[in-house]
Amino acid sequence: MSENAIRIRGLRKTYRTGKVSVDALCGVDLEVPNGEFLSIVGPSGSGKSTLFHIVGGLTPPTAGEVVVAGLNVSTVGDRGRTELRRKHVGFVFQKFNLLPNLTARDNIRTALYISGLPSETFDPEFTRILDLLGIAGRLDHKPSEMSGGEQQRVAIARALATRPRILLADEPTGNLDSRNSLAVLDLLKDLNERLGQTILMITHNADAAAFGRRIVHMSDGKISPAN
Amino acid sequence: MSGGFTFEQGHSFEKPDDILLDRYYAEQRHVHVGDPISMLNRSWHIAGIVEPGKLAHIFLPIAVLQDLTGCTGKVSQVYLKVDNQSNLEAAFNQLKDKYVDFPIYTMQAFTSLVSVQNIPLLAGFINAVIGIGVVIGFAVVSLSMYMAVLQRTREIGILKSLGASNRFVLGMILAEALILGLGGTLFGIALSFASRYFMQHLMPASLPQAIVPIWWPIAGAIAMGAALLGALYPGMMAVKQDPIEALAYE
Repeated sequence: MSENAIRIRGLRKTYRTGKVSVDALCGVDLEVPNGEFLSIVGPSGSGKSTLFHIVGGLTPPTAGEVVVAGLNVSTVGDRGRTELRRKHVGFVFQKFNLLPNLTARDNIRTALYISGLPSETFDPEFTRILDLLGIAGRLDHKPSEMSGGEQQRVAIARALATRPRILLADEPTGNLDSRNSLAVLDLLKDLNERLGQTILMITHNADAAAFGRRIVHMSDGKISPAN
Repeated sequence: MSGGFTFEQGHSFEKPDDILLDRYYAEQRHVHVGDPISMLNRSWHIAGIVEPGKLAHIFLPIAVLQDLTGCTGKVSQVYLKVDNQSNLEAAFNQLKDKYVDFPIYTMQAFTSLVSVQNIPLLAGFINAVIGIGVVIGFAVVSLSMYMAVLQRTREIGILKSLGASNRFVLGMILAEALILGLGGTLFGIALSFASRYFMQHLMPASLPQAIVPIWWPIAGAIAMGAALLGALYPGMMAVKQDPIEALAYE
């Protein structure tokens, strides 16, 4: 296992629509050691979501080197990025993104099934995570029967089910009230401190970012010089 | 030729107004032995109900019918049964020689006159109907799969974010199409039994509906083939979908 969970060198991302080019990332350098809880803060359009998508293998970089969990995202191609998502990273989104027709248990099992892991029962370690998240008793409910906070905790459980090296959270409290936001951020902090889970969270909220061990600011597609 | 009547109720002709019905016709008209029945502008007395499969549903004494239709002493058709199949050709030739001006057919030639192949345009019409059915089925399956994929854009994005490969997503969509095709085939087979049941109970003396099991695998192959082909384009569309755009889909 490499020392850094994430290593980014000279990352650039340009979106082209017809003749129009937009530089979303203009040379980002970043290292995230294993066990880090890193918050990336920045205003809308600063490039933090693009960075999140590239690190998560949802889109390829235009230039630069991005190594996530030992996998060079810049060179692996679509299959490699799919493998990255399947084995090494887990996503938590602002809109929860649970499969609406499945129960919480089946949402988690889907992630296990796609990863080729046993999905019939949960192992004791994962059961402990479910207890920590406080959703062990809500597993047979569908997302529509749960509060926003519960849905986000199920999303965190699903993201952790395959034991990814990195948990990627994109505005995880963006759709939650202040009480549930606090609960989710406490959980992320707890997961980092108790289980050593590497977490990269992007947010525009400075209070939420403060839950990370390190905060990085982004603006205009670059890591802010202040950091 | 028919092996004679097998009476299920009643007896043969005894009076000039006696009429015999087969079971199908009696069930369709809800009548029983002893009931009156109107036909040919007069009332008849149902003397017996016979087993079906005797070339007709209604039977009258020939002399009575000849009188009623003004054809006393005349017949329109005569069926002959040879004692041995090997004598058929000789008997046929002998009859042709003796009754030169009469149309005489072997049963094989006679039935071939009403077969699909000998009715002008019927075979083509049937093929056209089958073709239209296949095209419409293909279009409906394709459209519904397209809509299903479109409605699940976000879910496909979620699956991709969980690491689902293109093969997984395509396989899932094709498997769904296959299940739909198989389910549709089984439902169609069940419907054919249901339609036969209703036809037999509501119009038992109408055309009998034959269920041909040998067509089941053919129909199934057409349905599942159309479903698979119909799902291929939306499936490929889902595979090519950008996960970020799919996740942002509302």
